[in-house]
Amino acid sequence: MSEREPLFSAKNLKLIREPLGPSNPITVQVLGICSALAITVQLKPAIVMTLSVMAVMTVSSVVISLLRKMIPPRIRIIVQLVVIASMVILVDEVLQAFAYEVSKQLSVFVGLIITNCIIMGRLEAFALANKPWPSFMDALGNAFGYGLILIIVSFFRELLGSGTLMGYQVVPNSFYEFGYANNGLMVLPPMALIVVGVIIWVQRSKNKDLVEQN
Amino acid sequence: MNALRRYLDKIKPNVEKGGKFHFLKSTFEGFETFLFVPNTVTSTGSHIRDAFDMKRGMIMVVLALVPALLFGMWNTGYQHFLALGVEAGFWEMFWFGFLKVFPIIVVSYVTGLGIEFVFAQIRGHEINEGFLVSGMLIPLVMPVDVPLWMVALATAFAVIIGKEVFGGTGMNILNPALTARAFLFFAYPTKMSGDRIWVAGLEKGMETVDGYSGATILGQAAQNNEVFVNGIGEKYTAWDMFLGTIPGSIGETSTLAILIGGLFLIYVGVGSWRIMLSVFAGGAAMGLLLNAFGGNALMDMPFWQHLIVGGFAFGAVYMATDPVTATQTQRGKWIYGFLIGVLAILIRVFNPGYPEGMMLAILLMNVFAPLIDHYILEANIRKRLKRAKVQA
Repeated sequence: MSEREPLFSAKNLKLIREPLGPSNPITVQVLGICSALAITVQLKPAIVMTLSVMAVMTVSSVVISLLRKMIPPRIRIIVQLVVIASMVILVDEVLQAFAYEVSKQLSVFVGLIITNCIIMGRLEAFALANKPWPSFMDALGNAFGYGLILIIVSFFRELLGSGTLMGYQVVPNSFYEFGYANNGLMVLPPMALIVVGVIIWVQRSKNKDLVEQN
Repeated sequence: MNALRRYLDKIKPNVEKGGKFHFLKSTFEGFETFLFVPNTVTSTGSHIRDAFDMKRGMIMVVLALVPALLFGMWNTGYQHFLALGVEAGFWEMFWFGFLKVFPIIVVSYVTGLGIEFVFAQIRGHEINEGFLVSGMLIPLVMPVDVPLWMVALATAFAVIIGKEVFGGTGMNILNPALTARAFLFFAYPTKMSGDRIWVAGLEKGMETVDGYSGATILGQAAQNNEVFVNGIGEKYTAWDMFLGTIPGSIGETSTLAILIGGLFLIYVGVGSWRIMLSVFAGGAAMGLLLNAFGGNALMDMPFWQHLIVGGFAFGAVYMATDPVTATQTQRGKWIYGFLIGVLAILIRVFNPGYPEGMMLAILLMNVFAPLIDHYILEANIRKRLKRAKVQA
């Protein structure tokens, strides 16, 4: 066996850094779009969603990575789903116990973490073929990348759509007296798609490597 | 003119490659070609060029909009003084409307052209004239009391998200002017629908005559009223609806003014008569069908009346015919127009949330236009292949 790799080697750190930028799960791989549209109306549910996805993803990545040599390839998807689903149920129970209001707001979308393509994608593409620690780093990085976009989108949607941030009013009342009005379109899902689109636009005009050649 | 030419020639070297203001080249070119016919000629190959370029086409549409614009200005004043219960002369009404409408036009042009210029500089493109028409259409589809910052925001949204992200004029999927209106409609519904916004001053709590209501005809029909009355309780005649002395968005009320513009567009060959005709045909067909069933005020509304109230005529003549977003094939134009007419009436009658369906119908069919074209081309290819095989 070769020399032991340090925990925070350059390779492992790259696993965390890459998903924040050039291989972002939402803006580059275009995965997990549905939840990005559904729960980004306000900042708070978006943050809670990020944490939930992070918890589900890291734990199931490590579990799958530990089991990777025992899982028969033909039923690996089912095994992955079982692990993810049990994690999601745990997260759901925790949310209902300690953050009931947010859990009500997120409603069905907590359960739908099971179908979040990012988690399945990372388990399939990474955890099944790598050791637990790199799998953990990879899951963490992708959850950060996912959360980053969620938080940017929900920041703009809550600020412009409701005039609040984390539920506190930030647009001063004097603005409203001058005739400013909240943008109702920001609260509707199509605007989330447009905001994500604008982020993709900005990202690609900064990083030309991401632009598809055709 | 000569002095101007000399001045332009003098500053031209500054914007050429290597000049101090090279980054402003497309701005310079935009103004130069606006003032003078460009002297560039094709150097290789044989080309046949029509003198009819995009600038001329766009100016024709703006000219065609003038009747609707002038009538809209007068009608703004007319509705306002009617609500006030004040007698006013023709010029007084027109002047009032002019003061209300002109700022909206200025805001729409300044915002839109500003963004177009910026994008042209960044991308090193020539400035396109497409916005000349959109900039005039946007004010005409707004209610008169819309706040100016909303006009600016909607214009910016329409130009950036509706047009520039797709690559600028000629590449857009959706009609920019309708994108602007749809943006405001969904973002600020209280400023874009209801009974209080169509007449200047109502919203600000102006002193009106007793029992005044600013509801549009479609608004009244959506309330299931059988008889349509104006603000002071007089019954609207079909003639009122055709002439346009009814409340509504600035430029859309007068079917007569729109028809004059439409005939002009057909005469100069800019607007497609196929689309205009088929939109009206589609609307009439759907109206007739609904008349046969009846049931509520909107379904019972005579089919021809559907065509002269609301934004139907305006959409049919100026919006549906937009050469960029409409279908390109001749047969496709019939289908596209007909479906716009059908959908507009359908949305109008069956969706109580949207008293006017024209905007959504056109935007929806804009999206489907390339699909219609695709199938018509495919069908044509198949037909010709078959013919070739039979002969061989």
